[in-house]
Amino acid sequence: MRPTATLLAAVLLALLAGAMPSIAVQPDEVLDDPALESRAREISAELRCVVCQNQSIDDSDAEIARDLRLLVRERLVAGDSDEQVVAYIVARYGDFVLLRPPFQANTLALWLAPPIMAVVIATLAILYFQTYQRRRAAGTGLDPLSPSDRAELDALVERIAASDGPPPPRSRFRNEIEEGLRRPGDDEEEDTEADADDAGPSDPNEPRPA
Amino acid sequence: MHRLVVILPVAIFAALLGIMAALLTDSERNNDPSRLPSPLVGKPAPAISLPPVAAGIPGGFSTDDLRGHVTVVNVFASWCVPCLAEHPLITELAEAGTRVYGINHRDTADDAITWLRRHGNPYAAIGFDADARASLEWGVTGVPETFIIDRDGTIAYKHTGPLTRDALERRIVPKLREVAGG
Repeated sequence: MRPTATLLAAVLLALLAGAMPSIAVQPDEVLDDPALESRAREISAELRCVVCQNQSIDDSDAEIARDLRLLVRERLVAGDSDEQVVAYIVARYGDFVLLRPPFQANTLALWLAPPIMAVVIATLAILYFQTYQRRRAAGTGLDPLSPSDRAELDALVERIAASDGPPPPRSRFRNEIEEGLRRPGDDEEEDTEADADDAGPSDPNEPRPA
Repeated sequence: MHRLVVILPVAIFAALLGIMAALLTDSERNNDPSRLPSPLVGKPAPAISLPPVAAGIPGGFSTDDLRGHVTVVNVFASWCVPCLAEHPLITELAEAGTRVYGINHRDTADDAITWLRRHGNPYAAIGFDADARASLEWGVTGVPETFIIDRDGTIAYKHTGPLTRDALERRIVPKLREVAGG
């Protein structure tokens, strides 16, 4: 009883193992030699079913896919190497049957275009960001005050300074504001003005001496 | 430099568009992606040897029989509707004196006999290829397909799909003339 059950289980398992991974391969196509059969499966997965375009002959139920699967097995049984089997089919159906295009003269553009495009795009991106950084560092990214705006601002500051009472505490942001308004060309000029202003205490929040 | 950064990508994109448009619209170069160029054109026809469909139907031929004559070999089947559509043109070719052979592809003898009786048999010889093994050898992807074999047994031309009047006049006949003259 026990040996019979074991045998039955083994047969069922073998059937399942044979059936599960295959989608299109029919039981009558499978070779007796498991090593040859696994080579056939590997080759079949790389060959295009020429009438279904994006399926391998291993996946396709088309008649021609079945015929090509049988041809692959026939060549393997005849003693061909994997490369010879593939070459045999390529000689009849062209490079198109290869799902993975070979690297050769007429596929150079196909293989080289993506890396070349990547390099071109990376170069352009680097150039763009370098230009952006340089412009930002030069301060040309901000619109400088127009001369009339500047004159108005200076007049305002002077009037406040000349008004009665203790001068208002200097805003701690004033330095930053001045920094931002400074034109790229007149750095030195500004510096002398700033020096004259800063003759007082270094802490901007402390009231200036009268 | 700044201008280059802006202009270069646009220029590359425009160039790509141009190349694609040129390839897509140039029908003379046969760029229809569904038409596959056969690697066998210009090569000796692979060796096949086919039995006749049945007694009474001329046929059975092998690759060696193709030597010495220019031959049109038409792959057909009784179940194939486009084959019926091109059948009058094949008949016309044969009646004009071209040697036309047939490969009866994945068919049964009974169906083939009935079909030939109903529509006429223009073929000087028919090889019966029930399991499509010979078709595979010749890189046939489907029916109908038409080959022109020159005197040396070399495949001079292959037409995939049904023959049309246009294909016959613009490709097949000029090719036959070229091969016959050479």
